[in-house]
Amino acid sequence: MKANCWYGKQDMRVTDVPDPKILNKRDAIIKVTSTAICGSELHLYNDFVPTMKQGDIMGHEFMGEVVEVGPGVNHRRIGDRVVVAFPISCGQCFFCKKELYSLCENTNPNAWMAEKFFGHSTAGIYGYSHLTGGFAGGQAEYVRVPFADVGTVKIENGLSDEQVLFLSDIFPTGYMAAEQCNIEPGDTVAVWGCGPVGQFAIRSAFLLGAERVIAIDRFPERLQMAREGGADTIDYEKADVHGTLMHLTGGRGPDSCMDAVGLEAHISGPLYYYDRLKQAVMLESDRPIALRQAIMACRNGGTVSVPGVYGGLIDKMPMGAVMNKALTIKTGQTHTQRYFKPLLDRIAKREIDPSFVVTHRMKLSDAPTGFDLFNRKQDGCIKIVMTP
Amino acid sequence: MGVEQAERSKSKQKTTRRDKETRGDETTPSRRSLSARRSHSEHHGEPKNAGLTQEEVWAYGLGLFGIGLGLTELMTPRRLARMIGAPSGHNGLIRLMGLREVAAGVGILTQRSPTTGLWMRVAGDVADLACLGAAFLSSRSDRGKLTTAMMTIAGGTLVDMLTAQQLSRGVTTRNGTIPITAAIIIDCDREELYHHWRELTNLPQFMKHLVRVDVKDDRRSHWVARGPVGSTVEWDAEITEDRLNEYIAWCAVEGAEVDHRGTVRFEPAIGGRGTIVTVNMQYRPPFGTLGAAVVAWFGEDPNQTITMDLRRFKQIMETGEVVTTEGQPAGRDEIPSWKYDQAAR
Repeated sequence: MKANCWYGKQDMRVTDVPDPKILNKRDAIIKVTSTAICGSELHLYNDFVPTMKQGDIMGHEFMGEVVEVGPGVNHRRIGDRVVVAFPISCGQCFFCKKELYSLCENTNPNAWMAEKFFGHSTAGIYGYSHLTGGFAGGQAEYVRVPFADVGTVKIENGLSDEQVLFLSDIFPTGYMAAEQCNIEPGDTVAVWGCGPVGQFAIRSAFLLGAERVIAIDRFPERLQMAREGGADTIDYEKADVHGTLMHLTGGRGPDSCMDAVGLEAHISGPLYYYDRLKQAVMLESDRPIALRQAIMACRNGGTVSVPGVYGGLIDKMPMGAVMNKALTIKTGQTHTQRYFKPLLDRIAKREIDPSFVVTHRMKLSDAPTGFDLFNRKQDGCIKIVMTP
Repeated sequence: MGVEQAERSKSKQKTTRRDKETRGDETTPSRRSLSARRSHSEHHGEPKNAGLTQEEVWAYGLGLFGIGLGLTELMTPRRLARMIGAPSGHNGLIRLMGLREVAAGVGILTQRSPTTGLWMRVAGDVADLACLGAAFLSSRSDRGKLTTAMMTIAGGTLVDMLTAQQLSRGVTTRNGTIPITAAIIIDCDREELYHHWRELTNLPQFMKHLVRVDVKDDRRSHWVARGPVGSTVEWDAEITEDRLNEYIAWCAVEGAEVDHRGTVRFEPAIGGRGTIVTVNMQYRPPFGTLGAAVVAWFGEDPNQTITMDLRRFKQIMETGEVVTTEGQPAGRDEIPSWKYDQAAR
């Protein structure tokens, strides 16, 4: 089959690889009908995540048709149309029972690696380095899905691929970020980063009752999409973010702030080069520019929610602000499976149509072009969906 | 637990630094686990030579040797240069090297842990080798003597490095045996876990190095394990203690090819959160301390092996299977470095 594989920094190639097989009783094989490129994969593309190996199959946002099931799969059958959650979860450990699926204790065969980096391991993730298990990803014609009963949601109504595909990651990710904000009526929520997760965070904040959402980015098409979602916007290259937020909130600050940017943040001004330099000489691995701003801007007693991906160490973390302002920081890889049913219901009830975020459609064989386009944010690229 | 307390009271006669550190924890099982890492060597350690681990003995020896060599370099640089065949006229450099040797040696002997001093020795060895390499290029040096000196230093570097590595890992040996301990919490009743483990033929499901276990009778079994470079190692083992749903202890029978013993304990986790499974094992690596270091150098960290085995045990008990990616597709068959990786494995 064809699969999009990683070969090094900004080097992706679609090559022929063997078809996946059932390796365990609870596995299923999915024939992929749609797959997307996730913003978090750009960190792999730019080689910020260690333990990638040449030839790893990319992709953790995908859906398709079940074509084979292992003897231990009870609730999925050949022919089922399913969306797959990006974290692989067993459904039976302490964390899965608490619906903290991305923290599953059993699905990372390389847990020892993750323990060296993080103290503890998280769940396995498709196509996201060997730190998270080295599972072959979904930018391919076929994928092996371990624990298929737990990791998939069946799509039975007439919704299109593009309407449900993002249940695999970015919709639940944006939604969980907003949910973590404990939004109350009247709240103002600020969102750093208007990429796909930011877009879903904005819309989810409104779904959860926010009065106003302020979105921060520098790309006109992303700010435009945020405005279409009902947000007010700040272009950080044209306006002082902190000053504008204080102005808009009468000096109190947003009730909650979301960092949907993560470790490769940009900023105008010298601080950006300070972090770039520290990264270059390996004094820090992540650039927490958006996070610092969010912490400084958040109102006293507010919540900073971090769906953006961080991988290692940051520098100049304003812990004094966190402590003295009594802030709550909430973060985590998304417990995707927990949101399958409620969000599918919202889509079916037409409360939201996730396909709004798609700007580009291409064939799987064009994946390397897609990555390049998405990485350089050219041609108004916000979200790419590929079909085999 | 009873066994360990018994073991401990047996070895009570001696009073060592470690004894003082662990004396406080003889009360409740949960309290004891707080200092389990430190005290496990206590359970297994035999009374002789109990104050120092073998790595520490090596480290102090190397430290003393370094001070001696350093003083020689400081006081008689010219004679030393002649001895190793280096060109004359570098007395200042040799004295500097001597100073460094003494500093590292003093560091090893006086610091609470000799580890840093030992790594300093490794760095110094590399510098020494570089200087000798440079001397090799000079026409005024005696290359025969220099070669001997370089070989000696290279050998010393290896010993320094292996000892430093063992100390850094915290893998220690006493009388040539390495005690290993690991624990994992599993969301199952201990009856279930005990019975799966007690059925010894199940062990190879999660103990990666075991090929199979044949049960001979209620107590005795035959174990086949993967050894280095495709070989297999076999031995007969015997269950020495067996308490239903609580505890199993086993050891290789007298005269077996390997020296191996182990215990597994199943304790209910507090708050009804499943069971904590704790494994203690002891094995004697080939050639004692340095043999263990060499094995660890090539990727067989025994602590990690047991931890991963336990994790696989948990996977089987909680999910019914061992999670794997072996056999999945990847686009790398044609890449030489990947093939090398595979071969090395």
